[in-house]
Amino acid sequence: MSLRRTTERPVERGDPGAAGAEARAALPFLSLRGVSKRLGQTQALRGIELEARADELLVVLGPTGAGKTTLLRTIAGLEEPDAGTVHMAGIDVTALDPAARDVALVFQNFSLYPRWSVRRNLEFPLRAPGRNLPEAEIRRRIDWAAEILKITRFLDRDSARLSGGEMQRVAIGRAIVRRPRLFLMDEPLTNLDAKLREALRVELVELRRTLGTPMVFVTHDQAEALSMADRIVVLSEGRILQTGTPREIYERPASPVVALQLGQPAINLLPVRRDAGMWCTADGTPLLAADATGPAERLLGVRPEAITPLGLAEGPAAAQAASSARTPAAVVRVVEYIGPTTTLLCEWAGAHVHIVVPRRGSFRPGDRLSPRIDAARAILFEREADGARGASSSSSGRALPTSSPSLFPPGGST
Amino acid sequence: MSFLTLTALEKTYSDGTRAVRGIDLAIEQGELIVLLGPSGCGKTTTLRMIAGLELATGGRIRLGGDDVTLLRPSRRDVGMVFQFYALYPHLTVRENIGFPLRAAGVARAEIGARVDGVAARMDLTRLLARYPRQLSGGDQQKVSLARAIVRRPAVYLMDEPLGTLDADQRLAMRELIRAEQLASKVTTIYVTHDQEEAMSLADRIVVMEGGRIRQVGTPAEVYDRPADLFVARFVGSPGMNLIPGELHPGTGPDQADAHRDVHPPAHPPVHAPGGDSGPFFTAKQGRVPLGASLPESARTVGRATLGIRCEHVHEDPRGAIPGTVVTEEYLGNASNLHLETPMGRLIMRADGASMRERGATLRLRLDPTQVSLFDATTEQRL
Repeated sequence: MSLRRTTERPVERGDPGAAGAEARAALPFLSLRGVSKRLGQTQALRGIELEARADELLVVLGPTGAGKTTLLRTIAGLEEPDAGTVHMAGIDVTALDPAARDVALVFQNFSLYPRWSVRRNLEFPLRAPGRNLPEAEIRRRIDWAAEILKITRFLDRDSARLSGGEMQRVAIGRAIVRRPRLFLMDEPLTNLDAKLREALRVELVELRRTLGTPMVFVTHDQAEALSMADRIVVLSEGRILQTGTPREIYERPASPVVALQLGQPAINLLPVRRDAGMWCTADGTPLLAADATGPAERLLGVRPEAITPLGLAEGPAAAQAASSARTPAAVVRVVEYIGPTTTLLCEWAGAHVHIVVPRRGSFRPGDRLSPRIDAARAILFEREADGARGASSSSSGRALPTSSPSLFPPGGST
Repeated sequence: MSFLTLTALEKTYSDGTRAVRGIDLAIEQGELIVLLGPSGCGKTTTLRMIAGLELATGGRIRLGGDDVTLLRPSRRDVGMVFQFYALYPHLTVRENIGFPLRAAGVARAEIGARVDGVAARMDLTRLLARYPRQLSGGDQQKVSLARAIVRRPAVYLMDEPLGTLDADQRLAMRELIRAEQLASKVTTIYVTHDQEEAMSLADRIVVMEGGRIRQVGTPAEVYDRPADLFVARFVGSPGMNLIPGELHPGTGPDQADAHRDVHPPAHPPVHAPGGDSGPFFTAKQGRVPLGASLPESARTVGRATLGIRCEHVHEDPRGAIPGTVVTEEYLGNASNLHLETPMGRLIMRADGASMRERGATLRLRLDPTQVSLFDATTEQRL
């Protein structure tokens, strides 16, 4: 059951006017200070500092075991933190029980009462003891939610007869009829098929914006995080690694671990050394002009779309022709054609590198290209961070395609 | 004569469910064919009939010139790959790869030779004595693929083999399968509901729905020229923009002018410079020129649906369609802009570099060379 019973707030939120709304939107509605929580042998949360503004969709992104669900349950009041405080609208709610916090939770496994009609499922939270809502108000809210979620025509159908997507819409409906102060969503789209996820992603963003209610949305899916979030919190092993807008985190990740969490295909990570004013790979291939100061060894992060085969504007043939002596050639190993773009897995400078190119003509395994890295979009990480954090990343089950020693036998796949 | 042919293949279960309703398909040797469709479309049943795990209730299956329709699974030279399960932690790489052969009762010497062969091909020889925990993530994946393909049948049949892996692993595994299949040239039939997986792996995609084949074609054909509205929606992320409206052959300027008069003055159609004499398409209060030529089949149709991929909707100051940004979906290397237009909602692909404010108004141009047209009634491509 995804909803908590609450007492009704005495007054409806009035319209504070445009200027007031803007000011309200910028204020933090939710703030966590130094929140830690131990679950058995696991330190699930470690000193979490987090704010969600009053009109914001905050996505918490992390792999399984990062502490996402514990964080959400702590906000909801289902877990009590060992240390730290939770504030809502400026008031310390750390000691308040879930009902008094007036938040709505939607889980991955939406559990509706199967033998009840959709309408009865939606009414259920409104008929909770102590709410005392007039019948007319209950009907008005059900109709409003049904209209928004496009479930009006199912209202009198048994819940068991709905499809997965329809059920999740009803579960969301059950959360919004209550008009909570905060939505908490725990991977609500994960169990739906790809096409439906794609549609509901946009619907949820637009719904939340219409309601003007803040939302904390937990997911392990980087595409969901990038496309839905106003801001993303990247969580790993109970710690926040970075907080920022999707663009900030994608373009300027704080560490290789964060960089690997966002983007598909994953960012290319290449160990480089400064040599004669250039960043060079281990085999001496110069990749990029180097700044004169700072450590001589770095980890170079390059997004697959920030590498262009020279001459590509004229087509793949020209790109091949441009593979001159000046820049060492990359050999195409695998070509993945994915709609608007094509992903090339290349062997380049002793590493495996993904390059994403706009779809123009056709590439084939064995083609030779001369790649150029867009310097403005290259990211240099400290080498220490690479070793320490890279290890923690692979222990959480993530593959590191670009840094694995040899994905294919040399020359084996042409 | 193709290597593997399905002729009028059918499967009706005893409860009357018609899982597969007459499928014709010819597969050439060495091809990687992906059966793509939503759950319940009949793709897995089709695969299981080729494997012999289900018996067809109608039609024929021919493999390498032999009719195998009624043969037991063990009598067909096919290798079924279900999922790339985790490796057995207590077995070495050599024992892991040889496991399916041992289970099948293959002689010890033969197992050794075959494991050596696949290991050499996949550059795993130096790892044969190690245990899985001593391998990198990438090498573990290679071993699991080696184990899946240590048998060398005439056809590999793969049923959503990447289903349980996370996104990064799926991508790496996909590349590995493609590279290995290109090297080994074993005919492969691969079942998935994931259109991106299908696009990236297939020589040809077979799109299925409701027990029938909707389209067979290369990834580019299926993506660029979907055979019907179902394929247009299902393939691509997002699916094709689809705008219901009316098709006007527009044989000359006079006729175009005559048409213009029937619009109520409150909703003047949006004009493109110079596009008046050619064919055009109207939807709600919007109008798009369609370029010089329409296919023969489109010249008599009135009600139709126009389809256009999001990357062929362009921002152009002289564009015919005004659009207001409703939502931006940032994807990292690109953005999908959801726009409200006089023709309805449209999604446009933009580069991810600059953020678009909600409420911003753009002028849009639909690339007329990239437009798909569908009959409104039959839903078939025109």
